Amino acid sequence: MEEVPHDCPGVSSAQAGRGASCQGCPNQGLCASGAAAAPDPAIEEIKEKMKTVKHKILVLSGKGGVGKSTFSAHLAHGLAEDENTQVALLDIDICGPSIPKIMGLEGEQVHQSGSGWSPVFLEDNLGVMSVGFLLSSPDDAVIWRGPKKNGMIKQFLRDVDWGEVDYLIVDTPPGTSDEHLSAVQYLAAAHIDGAVIITTPQEVSLQDVRKEINFCHKVKLPIIGVVENMSGFTCPKCQKESQIFLPTTGGAEVMCRDLKVPLLGKVPLDPRIGKSCDKGESFFAEAPDSPATLAYRSIIQNAELSWQPYLAFKN
Amino acid sequence: MEAAAEPGNLAGVRHIILVLSGKGGVGKSTISTELALALRHAGKKGKAVHQCDSGWVPVFVDQEQSISLMSVGFLLEKPDEAVVWRGPKKNALIKQFVSDVAWGQLDYLVVDTPPGTSDEHMAVVDALRPYSPLGALVVTTPQAVSVGDVRRELTFCKKVGLRVIGVVENMSGFVCPHCEECTNIFSRGGGEELARHAGVPFLGSVPLDPELTRSLEEGRDFIQGFPESPAFPALSCIAQKILNEAPVGLS
Repeated sequence: MEEVPHDCPGVSSAQAGRGASCQGCPNQGLCASGAAAAPDPAIEEIKEKMKTVKHKILVLSGKGGVGKSTFSAHLAHGLAEDENTQVALLDIDICGPSIPKIMGLEGEQVHQSGSGWSPVFLEDNLGVMSVGFLLSSPDDAVIWRGPKKNGMIKQFLRDVDWGEVDYLIVDTPPGTSDEHLSAVQYLAAAHIDGAVIITTPQEVSLQDVRKEINFCHKVKLPIIGVVENMSGFTCPKCQKESQIFLPTTGGAEVMCRDLKVPLLGKVPLDPRIGKSCDKGESFFAEAPDSPATLAYRSIIQNAELSWQPYLAFKN
Repeated sequence: MEAAAEPGNLAGVRHIILVLSGKGGVGKSTISTELALALRHAGKKGKAVHQCDSGWVPVFVDQEQSISLMSVGFLLEKPDEAVVWRGPKKNALIKQFVSDVAWGQLDYLVVDTPPGTSDEHMAVVDALRPYSPLGALVVTTPQAVSVGDVRRELTFCKKVGLRVIGVVENMSGFVCPHCEECTNIFSRGGGEELARHAGVPFLGSVPLDPELTRSLEEGRDFIQGFPESPAFPALSCIAQKILNEAPVGLS
C-alpha cells in the first residue's frame, strides 16, 4: 500500500491531486484525473465474494473498552455451537487486534492459497481473521494512517476465502472513523443485516454511543440493538450487588427508549469473563451457569429475532 | 516534517505529558482528568494546569482559572453529533489545536488521546515534537487482553522517540462497599509485568471506585471531594512522581 502525504486532502476531495501537499505523491496523477473519486471496483468484487455469506453483522461502539471484542467472540462461539452453522469472525481493529487472544489463536499464521487467504479455523465451523495473525511479534505496533488501514480492510473483505458462511461477524475498534466508514462502504453493495452496539451503563460511555447510533443513521446501517455490558457486579463473597459503572443518566435502557432502538439485554460483570478472554477460552464453557452467560445467551436469541424472524415461531 | 515550529502558542508551556494506551476504555481520559486535578492540588498555589484534547480557546473549569480544558466536544453543535472523519481531517484539526490556541503560561499540558497507534497519535507527536514533551503516561488495565494492545503502544513510543514516563495500571481491583472484599474483576498484575518487560517505570495501580466515575460524570473535583477513596492515594502518588520529574520551579 503506497504511503500518502501527511496532509492528504482525501481522494474524493475537490483538492484531490491539486493541493500543495499532493506534490510528489505517487497517486497525484490518479487523483487529479478524478479517477480516484470513481467508485472503487473492490465494492463490486466484495459484493460477489459476499454472495456466499448469508448474514453480516457489525459489532460497534463509540466507546473503547466496553466489551465489543468479548461480545463478538462470544456471539461467534454461541452461533457456532450448532455444528451445522458456519460462522466467520473478522477483526478489523487494525491497531489493537484483540480477537486472536480472546479466541485462543495467538501465534497462528494466515495461509494463502489459489482461492485467497485462508481464515484461521478454531473449529471446523468457526473461522477467524485478524491483522494479529499477520504480525510476527506480540510487541509489533501497527503504526498506520487511515488509507493503509482501509487497504487492509478491503483485502480482508475481498481476498479472504470465507467459503459458505451463515454468519460473518465484524468486530471493530471504537469510534466513527476510517475503519467504520470503510467497512460500511466496502460492504455497501452486499447487504449488511445491521449493527449490534455495545455500551456500559455510565453516561461517559452513552455519550459516545449516541454518536455511534447517529453514525449508523448517517450511513443507513440498520441497528439490530444495544447491549449494556458491565451492568452490575455481584460480590462473590457476600453476594450483594454493586454498580461500578453507575448509570447516572438511566443507562442504556433510557438511551434506547429515547433514541427508539432495541435494548437486546444487559450483561453483569463477572471476573471470570476477563479471565476466559485472557486464556483464550469460551466463557460459556468456563462458567455455563453464570448470570453473565445466561444474559449473553438471551441477547443472542433476541438479536437472532431481527435477522431470522421465523425463529420466533420455532419451538 | 516541517522546519522547527515557531515558538508560538506553546512557548509558555513548561511540561507536556501525553496520556496514551493501545487499548480503549482503560481510563485514559479519567487518568488525564485526575492527573490535571492532582497536579493542581499538589502544585504550588497559583500554578496553572491545562488539559488539552482539542479545541480553540481554553475553557476554564474553575473560578481561579487554574485548569482549562479543550476538546473537539466544544466544537459540536449537538452533543450527539458524530464526528465521522477520516485520518487526514483529524490530523489537520489536531495540528490546529496544538498551534492555534492561545495557551499562555502553562506549567503542565496533559494531552488525552484515543486508543491506538494511528493518525491522531502520529499527528500529535509530530506537532508536539518541537516542544520536547516530557513523555508519555501509558495506561492499561491488569488483564492480558489489555496488556496485549498496550505493548504495541510502547513499541509506538519507542519508534517515534517518545519517552515513556511510566505505566499506570487502572481498574486494579474492586473493594466491595458491603463487605470490603477485594475482587480482581479485570485480573491482576498485568501492568506491573508489562512495565518490567518493557523496561519502563511502573507508576502505580489505581483501583476501581464508583465514586470516581460518578464524580467525573457530575463534574465534581474528585481529588478535593474524595480523599478517603481507595483511588486517591494511587492517583496522588502518580501525580507526585510527575512533579518530581517535572517540578514547577520556584513559586
